[in-house]
Amino acid sequence: MKLHEFQAKELLAQYGVPVPPGKVAYGPEEAERIAKDFGKQVVIKAQVHVGGRGKAGGVKLAQPEEAREVAGKVLGMDIKGLTVKKVLVAEAVDIAKEYYAGLIIDRSSQRAVLMVSKEGGVDIEEVARTHPEAIVKYPIDPHKGLRHFEAREVVKQAGLEGNLGRLANVIVQLYNAFKGVDASLAEINPLVVTEQGEIVAADAKIDLDDNALFRHPDLAKLREVEAEHPLEIEASNYGFAYVKLDGDVGVIGNGAGLVMYTLDLVNRAGGKPANFLDIGGGAKAEVVYNAVRLVAKDPDVKGIFINIFGGITRADEVAKGVIQALEEGLVKVPVVMRVAGTAEEEAKKLLEGKPIYLYPNSLEAAGAIVTMVGGAK
Amino acid sequence: MSILINKDTRVLVQGITGREGRFHAEQMQKYGTKIVAGVTPGKGGQEVLGVPVYDTVKEAVAQHAIDASIVFVPAAAAADAALESAHAGVPLVVLITEGIPTLDMVAAVKEIKELGVRLIGGNCPGLISAEESKLGIMPGHVFKKGRVGLISRSGTLTYEAAAALSDAGLGTTTTVGIGGDPIIGTTFKDLLPLFNEDPETEAVVVIGEIGGSDEEEAAAWVKEHMTKPVVGFIGGRSAPKGKRMGHAGAIIMGDVGTPESKLKAFAEADIPVADTIDEIVELVKQRLS
Repeated sequence: MKLHEFQAKELLAQYGVPVPPGKVAYGPEEAERIAKDFGKQVVIKAQVHVGGRGKAGGVKLAQPEEAREVAGKVLGMDIKGLTVKKVLVAEAVDIAKEYYAGLIIDRSSQRAVLMVSKEGGVDIEEVARTHPEAIVKYPIDPHKGLRHFEAREVVKQAGLEGNLGRLANVIVQLYNAFKGVDASLAEINPLVVTEQGEIVAADAKIDLDDNALFRHPDLAKLREVEAEHPLEIEASNYGFAYVKLDGDVGVIGNGAGLVMYTLDLVNRAGGKPANFLDIGGGAKAEVVYNAVRLVAKDPDVKGIFINIFGGITRADEVAKGVIQALEEGLVKVPVVMRVAGTAEEEAKKLLEGKPIYLYPNSLEAAGAIVTMVGGAK
Repeated sequence: MSILINKDTRVLVQGITGREGRFHAEQMQKYGTKIVAGVTPGKGGQEVLGVPVYDTVKEAVAQHAIDASIVFVPAAAAADAALESAHAGVPLVVLITEGIPTLDMVAAVKEIKELGVRLIGGNCPGLISAEESKLGIMPGHVFKKGRVGLISRSGTLTYEAAAALSDAGLGTTTTVGIGGDPIIGTTFKDLLPLFNEDPETEAVVVIGEIGGSDEEEAAAWVKEHMTKPVVGFIGGRSAPKGKRMGHAGAIIMGDVGTPESKLKAFAEADIPVADTIDEIVELVKQRLS
C-alpha cells in the first residue's frame, strides 16, 4: 500500500526525522491560508500515488500571495491518469546539497538494504542504471538493526558532506520508521542539507507491506479506494486476487501461477487479457459465480476464458458456479472453458449442453477465445 | 530415492486443530505421510486424527522422533511457529501459511538458517515425494513416481506440470513448491544440488515466474555445477511492469525480475525454456534421450 508524501513525512517526523513544516490543502483558498500562516515562500506539491510529479508540473514554488493561483493550477491536474485532489503546502528549503537515503527489501540477500547516494533529487533507478557506483548499498542484520556506527560508515563511504553524526541520525531514524511501520520501501529523496547546515527530508516516500497492515490498523485506514479501479475494489471485497488490465479477454483461473500462464497463452495467441483473476484454492460454486459476475460486468470484456486445474479446487464446483452465472443471464459474451484435474468428469457432465465452449487443453482454448473476440491484434 | 522426504519421514503438524491444518493433515495421512504428532498452543492433551496434540513443539519432540514439521498457523503467528520448530531441533520446516509480514520472514529466515534448519516456504504448497510422502496441500493423485525433479514458485501450475509428466510416463521424484513470496526459506539454487546428487532424479524442471532474481541465480549454478539436464519455464511473461500478479513476489520492479533477464540467464546456462506446459514434457523427453 502506497502512502502520500505528506503521510510519509508525518510518520518519519514521529521517528525524529526533521521535515519542513507543511499542511495539506484540498482547495486553493485553503492553500493560500496555509501559505500566509507560514509567511514565506512555499512549495505546492500534488499528492497522488505516482512518481514523476515534478516533471508533470505537479510541484511548484509560490510566494504566499501567489499560493491560491498556483494551487488552483495544480489541483485538478491529471498526472498519469490520476486527478490531483489535494496538495501539500510546505515551507520551501534553501538547498545546498541534495542526497538520497532509502531502504528496500532485497530478495537476494534476504534483508532490508540501506541505500545512500550523494546524488539525490533525481530518480534513483536512473542513477542505478547509469552509474550504480554512486549508490552505497548496505544489508542490515534484522536481529541487530541499523546501529549508528554503521550508518556513519555508510554516509562516509557514500561521500556525503555535512554533519556526519546528524546525517547518520536521520538514516537510523529512517530505518526505525521502516521497521516500525512494516514498510516495504522507505526513502528520503532529496535528503537536503540547507544553506544553514540543517538536515531535512524535503521529499519522502513510504510503501507499506500489505501483509503487515493487521498490525497497523491506523495506517490501514489510509487506503484510498478512489485511486484504484472500481472492479479492483469489488474484487478485494470478495477476497480475489484481481488486476485490471487493458485488453478484452476476461481471464479466470485457480492459482496465481496458472492465471499468469493463462494470460501468457492469450497473449501468445495474439489476444490481450482484460484482467487477472485468481479464485484461490478450494473455491466453492458461489465464489466462482461471483468471479464470473465480476468479470462479465467489465465493459471491456468481449469474451471470458476460464482455466481450471482441479486440485483442492473441485472442477465440478467451478462448473456449478459458471452455470449459475450463465443461467441468471449475467454473461452476454462467449465463455471458453478448460477443466482438468479433480472432478473433471463430473464437471464435463454438468457442462454438457450448456452455452459454453469446452476445450481439452489451455492452448486450444486460448486460440478459440482470441478468435471469438475478433482475432489476433 | 527422493530428496528431503520419503516414506519414513516422521511429521509434526503445527496448527493441527485448526480447519486448514486438520483437513490437510487428514489428506496427508491418506497419502501415506507418517504424521506422529500435532501442536496447538492451549490444546495439549487432545487427540486429533489418531495422533496426540501438544502445547509446544518442545514437548512433542521430547515424546516423538520428528524429522519434519509442517506449519498451518495463521499469518500473524506463522514465522514464530516456524522458529519454534527450528529451535526445538526439527531439521526440516515447511511453512504453508500465506500472507506473512515480510519483515517477520526476513528475521525468521536468517535465524532458521543459522540454526542449520531447512525452511521451505512460506506461502507455498509444500513438497511431495511421489507415492511416498507429502508435506503439503497438493492433490497427491497427480504425482506418479518417476524420473523428474520439479521445483516451482507456483502451486496449480506445478500440479499441471506433474500431471503432464505423469501422463507422459516420465513421472516425478520429489516436487518442491518453494513459494510465491519475496522472502522464502529455500530457493531454486538451494535445491538444485540435492537433485543433482539424487540417484533417481534424471532431469529437473524449474518453473519460475517474473519478479526477483532466483531464476538467474539458479541458472548460474546450473552453468557451473549441474550434471543433469534442466528444463525451464517462466510464468507471467506478458505481465505489465509494476503490477503484482497474485503472488507478492511476482512483480517486475524497475529492471529487476523481467522475463527477458530470466530467459537470457537460462539461455546462457543452456537451459531450454518451454512456452507451454506440454512443451515442458517434450523438452524433458528430448534432453533425456
